[in-house]
Amino acid sequence: MSTFALDFEKPLLELEAKLVELKRHAAIGAGDGDGASLDGEIRRLERRCAKLTQEIFAELSRWQMVQLSRHPNRPYMLDYVQRLFTDWLELHGDRAFADDQALVGGLARFDGEPVMILGQQKGRSTKENLLRSFGMPRPEGYRKALRLMKLAERFDRPVIAFIDTPGAYPGIDAEERGQAEAIAACLEEMAALRVPVLSIVIGEGGSGGALAIGVCNRLLMLQYSWYSVISPESCAAILYRDSKKGEKAAEALKLTSRDAFENGIVDELIEEAPGGAHRDWEATAGNLRAAMRKHLRELREMSPEQVVQDRYDKFRKIGPITDSEAAQPEGEPARRWPQDRS
Amino acid sequence: MAAWYHKVPAPKLPATDKRARMEGMWIKCDACGQIVYKQEVERNLEVCPKCGEHFPLPVRRRLDLVLDPGSFVEFDRGLESTDPLQFSDSKRYKDRLKASAKTAGEMEAFVGGTGRLAGREVSIGAFHFGFLGGSMGSVVGEKVTRLFERATERRIPAIIFSASGGARMQEAIFSLMQMAKSSAALARFRTVKKPYISVLLDPTTGGVAASFAFLGDIILAEPKALIGFAGPRVIEQTLRQKLPEGFQTSEFLLQHGMIDAIVHRKEMRDRLAQVLGLLA
Repeated sequence: MSTFALDFEKPLLELEAKLVELKRHAAIGAGDGDGASLDGEIRRLERRCAKLTQEIFAELSRWQMVQLSRHPNRPYMLDYVQRLFTDWLELHGDRAFADDQALVGGLARFDGEPVMILGQQKGRSTKENLLRSFGMPRPEGYRKALRLMKLAERFDRPVIAFIDTPGAYPGIDAEERGQAEAIAACLEEMAALRVPVLSIVIGEGGSGGALAIGVCNRLLMLQYSWYSVISPESCAAILYRDSKKGEKAAEALKLTSRDAFENGIVDELIEEAPGGAHRDWEATAGNLRAAMRKHLRELREMSPEQVVQDRYDKFRKIGPITDSEAAQPEGEPARRWPQDRS
Repeated sequence: MAAWYHKVPAPKLPATDKRARMEGMWIKCDACGQIVYKQEVERNLEVCPKCGEHFPLPVRRRLDLVLDPGSFVEFDRGLESTDPLQFSDSKRYKDRLKASAKTAGEMEAFVGGTGRLAGREVSIGAFHFGFLGGSMGSVVGEKVTRLFERATERRIPAIIFSASGGARMQEAIFSLMQMAKSSAALARFRTVKKPYISVLLDPTTGGVAASFAFLGDIILAEPKALIGFAGPRVIEQTLRQKLPEGFQTSEFLLQHGMIDAIVHRKEMRDRLAQVLGLLA
């Protein structure tokens, strides 16, 4: 794994390096007699590390959260598949053109129960990223997703979708094969799907390319993920004519998981390991497992008709507007995270 | 040696965002370069009489063009954005909305209602590109959703003319969710087995293209309209290569199997009536 560190992570990593060094000394020189004082020093440093983590991560800016969502060591879709499911069987191809490796799908078991899994997959190396197109699916990716969702519906298997994409691939070939139509078809078919759909934003939730597997009954978001109509860089390129002003755009777009929760878009936020998911994949996956279990259990109680109605109701109410001709403003009371987390 | 004269730079022409530049009674067509008489263009449904280039048509004229005279009843006129994110860039979103309402002469980027087309009741709406680039925020999404819901309730066909840059950035995630909301309403409409005709105008891109605009039972387009998911500038910037001639035009889409037919503006009403006759 790369030793990449974000600027605001560096003080913490330096402190941790000291701690490792000290522990090594303690292990070597255990018989020297000063073991007790070293033990005290180690404990002191550990406390400082924990405190520093808390300090840095309590007050993250939106832009810092975007950076965390793209951290090269962050677990991707297949890393969660490995940790949360058994009996994984990847299914390839859209039966029309190609197999898009940027959008992966297949069958597996969650708590022993068969489910359909979908998700955008990024690569860790340059080579892998070219293969995965940086997690930006082409039309054949969305058509594969659609095929697998229909398959899930036919065999009454819930769909679990992991969202992690900067957006759908913008390219000549994608346009030629109908990128817009492919995404649109996913939106409509997903809305009518007669099995439960659980979508989880695990990193980046960029635009229609993300939403195409996000028309769900329950939407979960990891703590350091974002979801919006456009990536902050593209937004900055349009609004400020400078793609380097992503930081400013991130603030204006209010794109973090917390914003989405407060705006009533997201059903539950999943806490990540201290310092972010990349620092502890297992702990983050564990938190996710517990939330998935709860929501799937609830959704499994519903009949196919109720599942479709529930999904319709979820999206039908989104969009704060007033009607000057009908008088009363519509909308729900504001939510605050984490106080009223249920 | 001192310059004995100062070169006077040619006055910079204002950036033309419309294809036709107004010059009093005459209009220069940016497609063929011919100077044409303004009144003639207007009589010709805002289509260049020389080369057939389709200029933008104001939203209400568009509806009048295809509906039986006096049959249009507008719905949801009073819907307004609440600016949920208190969005601001160089200008506050609220101010942008006000300014756009003034210059566009419309309160929002979409007008929807019911009317009769060749005697048949339809739930119909059209985008107004002049209002913030026809972008879809919560109000537009709600209007489109209600258009499908009305069509479902009354069991009548639905028709939408799209001309939009996509989801509205200033309402960020709320705009994005309108794509899902409107597509879900459309999914319900399918159960009444009435046709939904989507007409793509210049331009139809982004989140509007990637939702209900590309979900028509029948998809028509005006000639030479720009249609696609990613805008040409975004693609050029990403790939750093020139785009092929005619890329993302109606003709390109027809060739690639993405639309049913290209329809000239003056034939639009008859074609719509024909589709309704064959399917409704």
